[in-house]
Amino acid sequence: MLQIILGALMLGLLWAIMTIGIYITYRILGIADLTVEGSIAMGAAIAANCIYGGVNPYLATFLALLGGMASGLCTGLLHTKLKIPSLLSGILTMIALYSINLRILGKANVSLLRMDTVYTIFLKMSFLNNNLFVKLGITHLMPVIVLGIIVVLGIITILYWFFGTEIGCSIRATGDNPQMSRAQGINTNNMIVIGLIISNGLVAVSGALIAQQQSFADIQMGTGSIVIGLASAIIGEVLFSKRSFFSRLVSLVFGAITYRVIIALVLKMGMPANDLKLFTAITVAVALALPEFSSYLRPITKSIRGGASGAIRKQSL
Amino acid sequence: MLSVSRVYKTFNIGTVNEKKALKNICLHLKEGDFVTLIGGNGSGKSTLLNCIAGVYDVDEGSIIIDGADVTKIPEHKRAGILGRVFQDPMVGTAANMGIEENLALAYRRGKKRTFKWGITNKERELYKEMLSQLGLGLENRLSDKVGLLSGGQRQALTLLMATLNQPKLLLLDEHTAALDPKTAVKVLELTNKFVTEGNLTTLMVTHNMRDAIKYGNRLIMMHDGRILLDIKNEAKQKLTVEDLLQRFGQASGEEFASDRALLA
Ligand SMILES: Nc1ncnc2c1ncn2[C@@H]1O[C@H](COP(=O)(O)OP(=O)(O)OP(=O)(O)O)[C@@H](O)[C@H]1O
Ligand SMILES: [Mg+2]
Repeated sequence: MLQIILGALMLGLLWAIMTIGIYITYRILGIADLTVEGSIAMGAAIAANCIYGGVNPYLATFLALLGGMASGLCTGLLHTKLKIPSLLSGILTMIALYSINLRILGKANVSLLRMDTVYTIFLKMSFLNNNLFVKLGITHLMPVIVLGIIVVLGIITILYWFFGTEIGCSIRATGDNPQMSRAQGINTNNMIVIGLIISNGLVAVSGALIAQQQSFADIQMGTGSIVIGLASAIIGEVLFSKRSFFSRLVSLVFGAITYRVIIALVLKMGMPANDLKLFTAITVAVALALPEFSSYLRPITKSIRGGASGAIRKQSL
Repeated sequence: MLSVSRVYKTFNIGTVNEKKALKNICLHLKEGDFVTLIGGNGSGKSTLLNCIAGVYDVDEGSIIIDGADVTKIPEHKRAGILGRVFQDPMVGTAANMGIEENLALAYRRGKKRTFKWGITNKERELYKEMLSQLGLGLENRLSDKVGLLSGGQRQALTLLMATLNQPKLLLLDEHTAALDPKTAVKVLELTNKFVTEGNLTTLMVTHNMRDAIKYGNRLIMMHDGRILLDIKNEAKQKLTVEDLLQRFGQASGEEFASDRALLA
């Protein structure tokens, strides 16, 4: 049981990074961005391919970050420069990324077994290799958990700072009220692009860390990730405080972990793994049907109508 | 201060919905002019303000604000020299952000936004002092979300944001129309106070003829995309609602068609 819970904690921490990324576009900018489905696999593909080719795993993870940011930029430009509705822009990038990711990987999946990853140095640290952990059979989990906590805390700190700066405030204002933001001199198009870049960068890092944890990258790993992110965000909002921005970020992490615990438990109770996505989709659909979560539907309707930059022209004075 | 020359704006060109909203508009405002703009529904008042603010590109003509030709400048870049308040109280503020955060966004209008803090403690003191001028008790609710405020409070806050850093031109588009009569009077009085104390060049759209006559030093009436009447200084001081209706009839050959204006 301890192994199951710690395993869920480990996965939750890694997926929390993606959840935070999705939160930025979905809740702060109000855009349902499907790019993430491609950028998570892209992060995994870049990291796996680089590590396989002998690149330092930390550098590989950094390159994954850059790759994710580039895909966010791509969606952002499609949306703001070509005026393609945000939902469609994300889908276009996602589809394009499928081919790009296949090219990066060279095949449908790449194994990283017995390769050095970002977790390797923690594996060698003696405080994570003590007798107790060995007896409990969790030595393979602890390095990921430790690194996961460090990365998640780092990201929360940076984002907390960033969204308090002038630029960060402008991004929040753009998601809140684009018309007002332009009247206050904010270049809303740029803010949307920056938000998408940060979001997809985080999602790709998440993909890179997940690939290194599971020792392989495969082309399908992004499928349904936006729904998983949404499920985690909703769980976080229900179970944990959401008053300040900081506690909101923390609640996303707890939400992602709780989601993994729930999944681990239903699997343990005998649900076939193939039904997981169905289970998640139904759970999210039920949650969205509840009035408390009606605000979660806003980004979707908005994205269909054209997203933050398109909606305003119609709504003239 | 403002110079609008031969401006044309047509919506949905080449479709059955084609609408000539502005036809050859020329308008020149001197520094410190407080102009009230009146006209029936669909006469083009909002379109004119939106063209000046850069929400719409004009088809023809030029717009010069404080000596700078802004005709081709995008909306967010013009914003630095403008202050704007809209008819809908929801439009002017960000509902999910705090009162102080909204003010801080306005305070940085026209300035470069960097990685410095989005709001400083020194500013908070300034905002407190300014909010107390509104007399609505908002100075004690700095961190409250704007979405919690009433329409009148939001409109007063938007007005404060618009006038915060001495705009070259203040654009008010029926900013009291959505408020109850008592609140409307209050916001209008605040507007008058800010405009006269700051000597702000102002263009204020209103549907209320009495307000249009009472406030400002110049009155302009639009009809069907054109400027029909332009009444200044002494002539404006002597003006009555009846005069205005009569002169509108003479100039346009029609009855003034706005229930809201007549009821006032
Ligand atoms: N974005 C738009 N697209 C198409 N037509 C528009 C648009 N905005 C305004 N119009 C049309 O242009 C004309 C002028 O509209 P405008 O909003 O400027 O009038 P107004 O004088 O502000 O009227 P009101 O007193 O009702 O606010 C109207 O016929 C209107 O239907
Ligand atoms: Mg109007």
